[in-house]
Amino acid sequence: MEQAEKHPSYLQHHFADMAQQTDAAKLGMWVFLVTEVLLFGGLFGFYTFFRAWYPEMFMEAHKYLDVTMGTTNTFVLITSSLTMALAIRAMQLGKKKQTIAYLAGTLFFAAVFLVIKYFEYSHKFHMGMLPGKFYTFEGIQAANPHIFFSVYFTMTGLHGIHVIIGMIIITWVMIRTMRDEFSPEYYNPIELTGLYWHLVDLIWIFLFPLLYLIG
Amino acid sequence: MSVATTANYLNAEKGIKSWLFTLDHKRIGLMYLFAVMTSFFLGGVFALLIRLELLHPGQDFFTADTYNQLFTLHGAVMIFLFIIPAIPAALGNFVLPLMLGAKDVAFPRLNLASFYIYVVGALFALYSIVAGAVDTGWTFYTPYSTTTSTSVISMTMGAFILGFSSIFTGVNFIATIHKMRAPGMTWFKMPLMVWALYATSIIQVLATPVLGITLLLLVIERTVGIGIFDPAMGGDPVLFQHFFWFYSHPAVYIMVLPGMGIISELVATFSKKKIFGYKLIAYSSLGIALISFLVWGHHMFTSGQSEFSSMVFSFLTFFVGIPSGIKMFNWLATMYKGRITFEAPMLYTIAFMFLFAIGGFTGIMLGAISIDIHMHDTYFVVAHFHYTMMGGTVIAFLGGLHYWWPKIWGRMYNEKLAKVAWAFIFVGFNVTFFTQFFLGSQGMPRRYYNYLDQYQPLHMYSTYGSWMLGVGFLIMAYYLIYSIYKGPKAPNNPWGALSMEWQTTSPPIQHNFEDQPVLEHEPYDYDTRMVVNDELIKKEDVKEKEDINV
Repeated sequence: MEQAEKHPSYLQHHFADMAQQTDAAKLGMWVFLVTEVLLFGGLFGFYTFFRAWYPEMFMEAHKYLDVTMGTTNTFVLITSSLTMALAIRAMQLGKKKQTIAYLAGTLFFAAVFLVIKYFEYSHKFHMGMLPGKFYTFEGIQAANPHIFFSVYFTMTGLHGIHVIIGMIIITWVMIRTMRDEFSPEYYNPIELTGLYWHLVDLIWIFLFPLLYLIG
Repeated sequence: MSVATTANYLNAEKGIKSWLFTLDHKRIGLMYLFAVMTSFFLGGVFALLIRLELLHPGQDFFTADTYNQLFTLHGAVMIFLFIIPAIPAALGNFVLPLMLGAKDVAFPRLNLASFYIYVVGALFALYSIVAGAVDTGWTFYTPYSTTTSTSVISMTMGAFILGFSSIFTGVNFIATIHKMRAPGMTWFKMPLMVWALYATSIIQVLATPVLGITLLLLVIERTVGIGIFDPAMGGDPVLFQHFFWFYSHPAVYIMVLPGMGIISELVATFSKKKIFGYKLIAYSSLGIALISFLVWGHHMFTSGQSEFSSMVFSFLTFFVGIPSGIKMFNWLATMYKGRITFEAPMLYTIAFMFLFAIGGFTGIMLGAISIDIHMHDTYFVVAHFHYTMMGGTVIAFLGGLHYWWPKIWGRMYNEKLAKVAWAFIFVGFNVTFFTQFFLGSQGMPRRYYNYLDQYQPLHMYSTYGSWMLGVGFLIMAYYLIYSIYKGPKAPNNPWGALSMEWQTTSPPIQHNFEDQPVLEHEPYDYDTRMVVNDELIKKEDVKEKEDINV
């Protein structure tokens, strides 16, 4: 009987107890987040070099980004981070329905973010403000304006891919919640998903001022 | 006791599925071993073909283009498919949990995923061979890599995917080392191999994402033409070099650090002496990991970077010599007055020290700007690189392979043949690559299929050396594979080593240990413990017995 208590189904065989399993998983996630930071760090590096080389061009080109849409998206993502945190809290308290509702809310805000991003992108496409050799817009006088849009599309594009991956993972933990796999004793996957989602949010917090609010 | 009748990880579950879907770190390690050895064979064949073409000046067997593809494939296959995963993912996967007294790595499913990601990455790389093999060199320098008609995209996507596999192994090992150590095993009671794997994992985790994003940008540059590496569009090709080497210089320490970990194990075991300067060896691994991030510019002395940054990078490069030197002297001091025996793993250890010293010193030479300007892109660099990577990492890998072979399979290999193979490899290696130091200092540039007549004698010797190497590896392949089926049964602790992986059976049972092992002595307590017929005894007990007998 005591054995059964010690080894619940969600405790993997190679761990001694839940504390060890949870700690290991959290540490693993944090280390993975470090790799994400470095992945984007490379892009922020590129941004820094090109902005230092072409400050006037960045200044002029960024005016063609839609600050209203960017600001809205920032609030949308921050709200989604809040609902994510609330989902974890709800599961800590054992409230399954609330958890599902908050996760669904997070998914909804993530979708809103992508929809707004879609309108931004299609407007740029329409105007010919495309990266590199596809750039056809003629409104910017400074040299090499296509570089700004190369940087813009690569950074926000990679971030967008992360949003989509995040939505897939959130859907997955939502299904697992519906299947009663989580409890106040075991909700680690939701928490780790939360860590990832907050990072995705955080990256946008840096992207937004660096791209939309120059000068 | 008969090994074959007891249940172990090799015979506990049967059938191909029990291997393909296994979560057991030992089986995943073996699958990795099979994969990296296949890659090593492939890369080795490319190397022999390169040397064959270089036997005589002029075009003999391959056209210039084919030759370019051959050396690119040799480099890319050896680096991305063999040497980076060889020690951590293959040997490390097998021994790390055993050394820590754990049942498995922290994330077994991630471990299996990393293997399959490796396979997918390898398939991309192999596809690029069929679809017009890459001819850029393994460094994929722009602007050539964005303009050549060969299949750069599939090769770089392959390297990008392989990076994920490497990152997952790193994440897994860091969590395992932090959280899965046996009771009593504090940080400074871990085997030094574990320290080396820890330092390696840190580099894998911090450097690989930057290569990932760089290669991704290269792919985007080639497909969409975003212009960030193209000077005509306001970009800068040197930027690619900076980002590439920001990963790829630390990457050479991903390759060599675990090798140094193996050497630390082997030198103590076969000298039967407490390792000299344990803490310094442990810290020097972290020191190398740290410094490795600050020296990438020494690959770019002739790229047009500012003289000031060249100076700083040159200065910092010399610092790498310090932790490497600390290790070397500590190993030598460990051997001093030890009871040294010369089984194959120890022969590889000694070969490592000899070859890596040469590789390291020539590295310091190349770190000096004035010399490097002359030696840049010559065979001197090629020879230096191979002395550190093959003379260092591969030799250490082979030492570790022989050392843990009895643990992996429960069988002994043929020691005599192992010594013969070692001799072929050691002599063959030196004949192949020492000649290249001379070639390089006389001005022979790297990456040419043709050369002036004056270089012919040295090129000829180098090619003969490569054949000796080939023979050595053939002998090794023979006796290793033979031993799996027909080798004599191995005892649990054939070398009398004290670290935890030797306290379980050979081969280990499925969950590694019967009971959770508890650390009772440190991994190098050879001054107080010894192993006689698989049994660990305290030396003082032996003395007492002798005293009674007297």
